[in-house]
This record gives sequence, C-alpha cells and structure tokens, in this order.
Amino acid sequence: MALFLTFLKAFVVGGLICCVGQALLMHTQLTSARILVLFVVSGVALTALGLYKPLVDFAGAGATVPLLGFGYSLAMGAMQGARSSGLLGAVTGGLVRTAAGIASAVVFGLLAALLFKPHAKR
Amino acid sequence: MSKTLKDPTHRRYNRMVKAMTPGSNYLQGYARAFWVGGLICAVGQLLSLFGEKILGLPEGSDAMFTSIALIFLGVLLTGLGVYDDIGRYAGAGSIVPITGFANSMASPAIEFRREGLVLGVGAKLFTVAGPVLVYGLSASIAAGVIYWLMGRLS
Amino acid sequence: MMKQTIAFNHRLALRARASCVGPKEGKGPLGWCFDRVLKDDLLGQATWELAESEMLRQTVSLCLERGGLMPDQLELLASGDLLNQLMPSCFMARALGRPFMGLYGACSTFVEAMILCGVMIDGGYRNNAVCAASSHFCTAERQFRSPLELGTQRPPSAQWTATAAGAALMDTAKAPAAARLTHGTLGRVIDYEVTDANHMGAAMAPAVADTILAHFEDTGRDFRDYDRVITGDLGWIGRNLLRELLRERGVAVADEKLADCGASLFSQEQDPHAGGSGCGCVASVSCGYVLRKIEEGAWERVLLVASGALLSPTSSQQGQSIPGIAYAAALEADG
Repeated sequence: MALFLTFLKAFVVGGLICCVGQALLMHTQLTSARILVLFVVSGVALTALGLYKPLVDFAGAGATVPLLGFGYSLAMGAMQGARSSGLLGAVTGGLVRTAAGIASAVVFGLLAALLFKPHAKR
Repeated sequence: MSKTLKDPTHRRYNRMVKAMTPGSNYLQGYARAFWVGGLICAVGQLLSLFGEKILGLPEGSDAMFTSIALIFLGVLLTGLGVYDDIGRYAGAGSIVPITGFANSMASPAIEFRREGLVLGVGAKLFTVAGPVLVYGLSASIAAGVIYWLMGRLS
Repeated sequence: MMKQTIAFNHRLALRARASCVGPKEGKGPLGWCFDRVLKDDLLGQATWELAESEMLRQTVSLCLERGGLMPDQLELLASGDLLNQLMPSCFMARALGRPFMGLYGACSTFVEAMILCGVMIDGGYRNNAVCAASSHFCTAERQFRSPLELGTQRPPSAQWTATAAGAALMDTAKAPAAARLTHGTLGRVIDYEVTDANHMGAAMAPAVADTILAHFEDTGRDFRDYDRVITGDLGWIGRNLLRELLRERGVAVADEKLADCGASLFSQEQDPHAGGSGCGCVASVSCGYVLRKIEEGAWERVLLVASGALLSPTSSQQGQSIPGIAYAAALEADG
C-alpha cells in the first residue's frame, strides 16, 4: 500500500508540474526551449528559497524527473558545495551533482546522431 | 502579444485574428500532458526503487542512475522516431520531464548529422541544452554564492 | 498604366504542366490529380535538401517533356523555394544548365515566377519559359522551426509545409493550349503586425485582400468575372479572415467561389492543423488541379492569388512582425 502511494504521489505531482508547462505551451507563444530554461531556473530559485525540497521529499521522482528537478539538483549541489568547500564549492557544486545527467545526455546524444537518421513525419 | 499596436487598423485586425482563431482543446491538452508526464515520473520512481533495492545503490547514486536511465530512454525513443509522436500527443507532458531534455539534445544532433560531426552534431547537440545549462548553471552559482555569503554573515 | 496589374498583350499559352507531391500529400483529397506521388520523402538522395532539388528537377523535366521541348531549347527557368539562398532551385538549375532566375516570394513564389515568365515572353525577350517552385516539409522544418525528431506541439493555427513541386511551361506557339495567362497583378508588402510565426494565414490575409482589390480596381473586374478565386496557402483560418477583410471593404464573396490551395491539399483528418503551406503547395495545386480544371472546361476563368509570409528565422528571432505579399495571375481557357 505504501509502495502504491509512492507511485501515486510521483504520478500526480509529476503530472501536475507538466500541466504547468502545458499551460505555458497553450496560452503563450513560448517555445519548448524557453519553457525548459524557465523550468530549470525556477527549480534553482525554488530550491534556494527552500520551497522545493519538501516537494521532493513528498513526491520523489514526481518532483525530480521534471526539469524543475534538474534545477533542484543544481541548486542543492551549489549550496552543499558552499557548505563543504566555500566559495569554490558554490561555483562547482551544481555541475558536480548533475554531472552524471549532463555527461550521459551528451554521450547518448552523440551516439544517437551516429546511429540514427531523422524520420519524415506523417 | 500584449504589446498594444499604434495603428488602429492593425489593432483591430489582430483582435479579429484572435477572435477567429480556434483555441487549442485545453481540457484534452491538460489531460494528455498530465497522464503522460505523470507516467514518465512514475517510471522514474520505479527506476529509482530498482536502483536502490535491487542494485543496492547508495543514497544519491540511485538518483543519478534514474537520470541516466531516463535520459537513455529519451534518446533511444528519439532515435527510433517515436519521441516526436509522443510529443505531438502529450505536449509539455513529454517536454518537461528529463526525457524531454534528452530529446532536445538528441533531435538536433540527429537532424544535423549531415552538416558534419563538428559543426553539425557537436554544435547542434547544444541548441536547446546550451541555454538550459547556461541559465541553470549561472542560477545555481548565484544561489551557491548567496548561500555562502549568508553563512559568512551569520 | 494600371497601378499594380500588367495586362499582357500577347497570347501567353500555358503549354504544359507537371506536379509532384510527397506521400502525405498524395493521400490528401487532391492526391489523384498529381502527376507523381513520391513513395519516399528522400528520393534516394543523401539529404532532404538534395531530395527537394531532385523532386523539382524531375517535375521541370516532366513539364518540358509534356510540352515537347528539348531541355536545351528552354530559354528561361524561373524558380524558387523556401530555403536560404534557394538551394533546391539553384541545384536544380545547375543540373538543367539553362538560363535561370531564382526568386523568393515564400509561398507566393510560383505566381511571382509565372508573372516574370509572362513579362519576358510578352516583351519578346524569350520565346518560352518555365515557372516552377518547390517546398519540402523536412527542409523547411529544420530551417524555420525545429528538428524533425523534437517532440513538440504546434498550435491549431500552424500550417503544414507541403512536400510538393509544380512547373508550368509558357510559350507563344500557335497550337491550342489548355490555358493562357492574361493578367498579372504584382503584390505590395503588407504588414498588419501579426507576430505569431505559427499563424501565417493571419499574416498573409491582408496582403491577399490588398492584391485582390488592386486587381479588381485595375481591371474593372470583380468576383462575378471569375469562376474561382483561388488563394495560395491561407489555410482554413486565413480564408475566413480574408472573407472578413473583403466584407469590411464592401466586397461580398460567395463561399463556393473562394478556394484555397492550403485548405484543399490536406483533409482535416491528416492533422495538418490550419492547412498546407509552402511554395510547392500553390505550385502543385495550380499545376495538378487548377490548370486541369480549366483544361477540362470546368472553369473558364480563374484568378490565382498566391501569398507569401516574408518572415525569416532571423526576423522572427529579432521579434519582428511578419510581412506578407500576394501575387495574382488571371488564367483563362485558351481558344
């Protein structure tokens, strides 16, 4: 039952965050690139203000999988870095914590470009 | 756009355009974004659980495992030509999750492969990811520095 | 001297026509009327751009063949497309090796080229000429919007760039032809400050209204003089806007007289949003359908009004509004 609840929370919170993005997509002329930038920066700001951590604790992947969660990781990394190694840690912390995601996206993207061809749309 | 136009004819015309343009099907748009986005997050939850319980990854590493796995799935579905169809259906439901970020990197890289490996693939990989990293990283550094300053002052 | 219209002095026969479309267009309501429907969007070429160029080359060649003209007898090739520096047209012209003029009028290019050919022949400078235009969904998408595999949603007002090409051969030979060009009305660039790049029908409708009214004023004609007034690529929404704009100027249009290439090429079920667009849309529908209708005697006189949204990735990114232009060609059954 607890397991089910974990999934339900991730599903609902993640879905709701996507609906915010959908609202921007349908009601404004923002392109998807702008929406992604907006979400990451908002994630950083919300985390810095201490507002996002509770949501992550509550919803797990529902809060970390949307791009807001990428901002959350960046901000958490920077703040942890500042705590452990001062100013230098504040600069490097964000990248350190997100390095796995960024590195894998770059490598997988490169491999995909070598392996796949673009498909015409129907 | 909210900017008011000086020319009355243009103003009137733009109002007319707005009135005569059918809006998106909002309810359907939200419903699709909700369930697809929610599902991707639930898959993320499953992967994280899998990393923690089955692979026995330590705290923190399971989150990394989840991102890497989701990015892999996003890139794979992009390469197979499925992710754009999901995106057409779900909109933000598949743009906002990390898989959408992966899609935004892989799709221009695949598209511009024909322009070469350096200025095609290498540069275009970052058309969307570049700005995301520029502003995300800068914001995180700002947050870290402010956090550090506050620690100094108190 | 008429304000914007050229009334041609000689009989300018549209001797032959050819059209070619992609697989999706071939499944549309007009699929039956095109000469060639591609099975593969890439035509066995290495890139989408070369594929578009090859599609255009095949269409022009077929048109010359139909007109009984050897390629080296062609005196002018006027062609355009949507891409930067007209790559498909230039590469096609490289393959054909005939005198070439590249034109850019966005989706209005085909009629712009037709008027240019008309002027060249009417003035006695050329004996024959081909006007042509092409567009390809995959080339336009990567230049103007986003990579093909990017998962994104477009609003209902967006239009679908057609993968299509059309070519028409014009000359002054005595032999009876299907149709002839009698008038060409040049467009003015009109901008009503529409900024939404996903709403090109709205950006172009004022230019179309302007050109239609100028044509009527210059020639003393009106809607009653035409069996059809066929606009290029306004789409379903843009067509309604045009009707409204004309009504505001006191010109009533009967619904069945007004048709739009973009609104005819696809059915709503094919999910092209507001309709088809692209240089190839007008070119293929004109050559596959409109000229056929005149040839078959269904229509006596048609006003073909092709419109173009003169935006570029640069102008959009710099936040500029979208200027529009429309060229009109009056076509009549020959003989």
